[in-house]
Amino acid sequence: MLQLEIVTPEKKIFSDTVSDVYLPGAGGEMGVLELHAALVTALHPGELRYEKDGEVHALAIGSGFAEVTQEKVSVLTDSAYGEDDIDEAAEEAAMKRAEEQLEKVSAEDAEEAAYLQATIATNAARLQLKRKHR
Amino acid sequence: MANLRDIRRRIKSVKNTAQITRAMQLVAAAKMKKAQDQALAGREYADQLNQVLVNLKENVDEESHSLLERRDGEKTLTLVISTDKGLCGGLNANLLKLVRSEQNEHTTYATVGKKARIQLEKTGDEIKADFVVADPVAFSEARPIAKFLTEQFLDGSYDKIKVCFTNFVSTLTQTPHCSQLLPIEADKLAEKRDYEGVGKDVIKETDHASAMSNDYEFEPSPEVVLDTLLPQYLNFQIYQMILEARASEHSARMVSMKAATDNANNMIDDLTLDYNKLRQAAITAELLEITTAMKAME
Repeated sequence: MLQLEIVTPEKKIFSDTVSDVYLPGAGGEMGVLELHAALVTALHPGELRYEKDGEVHALAIGSGFAEVTQEKVSVLTDSAYGEDDIDEAAEEAAMKRAEEQLEKVSAEDAEEAAYLQATIATNAARLQLKRKHR
Repeated sequence: MANLRDIRRRIKSVKNTAQITRAMQLVAAAKMKKAQDQALAGREYADQLNQVLVNLKENVDEESHSLLERRDGEKTLTLVISTDKGLCGGLNANLLKLVRSEQNEHTTYATVGKKARIQLEKTGDEIKADFVVADPVAFSEARPIAKFLTEQFLDGSYDKIKVCFTNFVSTLTQTPHCSQLLPIEADKLAEKRDYEGVGKDVIKETDHASAMSNDYEFEPSPEVVLDTLLPQYLNFQIYQMILEARASEHSARMVSMKAATDNANNMIDDLTLDYNKLRQAAITAELLEITTAMKAME
């Protein structure tokens, strides 16, 4: 069994034992099982999946980090939403706003552009998760 | 001596004041609870972040990162986190006293909250930026502030970035505090942050022994992880400091409003006593007049 913890700056989202975890790592999706080598990885916005009691659950997370040790995975992220928490219309609107802003951002402001791209990616990940099971 | 009607009026007005201060006290109490809970909820995140930082420290050349670079210059940008509203005791006055004592001719300010801005404007200090944050504060609101401060530091406008805010110790005690935000001091990174008042015991000194027993790999590389982690760390610091300031504000307001309510109630008691005395005197005088008139008629 693997202990999975998901925390955001605002609250602790999840803390329980699971049998496996799939993380949206910076270098592609990464599966983690028990006794994984110790690792710290940057996370990109995307879908995090874990299996508990034979059932697969999915969360859409924002960018952040994961710390993996042999018996524990700690995920630090800006946000984490389950399928039911996602409001499709609101996400679409937020994505559109961010895209519009992105067009206005000047070329020098790389950080702002990167932030907006991350926001868009987070929104996209949430939408993808929401629409997957239809 | 005041007459009856004047006293009655005063009692009424004091009663109104007491009602308002009491309402404010209750509102502040509720908000204080919320702010404290919010600060505590961020603790887990802080804990994890610290742990990752400790591990990272061993793997990268600390001086290589531009946010860690120490410069000799004196130019300082100080972010002052104050309240938007008054009626919170000496909170802002104490904070400003500390800010003034740290001030030198190279200091420029940025502010969060109206009170500090107004005060600093009055003395003609240069205010580079003013931020408005909602209540309760959201994590996303800390980002623009952190970004602005980071930019000012990186483009060389300032050599040091400091933050002054009121540290929440307990409901009755709040102490003003100034700490350096940039350059990030590598030795202090993973250590317990001394200003953290809310739930002080929760953050333990990160356990070096346990951290070191794991030989971490970094994906994609330690530098990339550090590059993304440090800005995150700054955002989070700013967020935590605003939360501390908010918790202080609401508890200070609650305490001062409670004092105001108590004072108003005492005043009502005193005034009621005066009123009754005066009324009694009037009745006695009237009776006296009637009796004298009767005596005169006999």
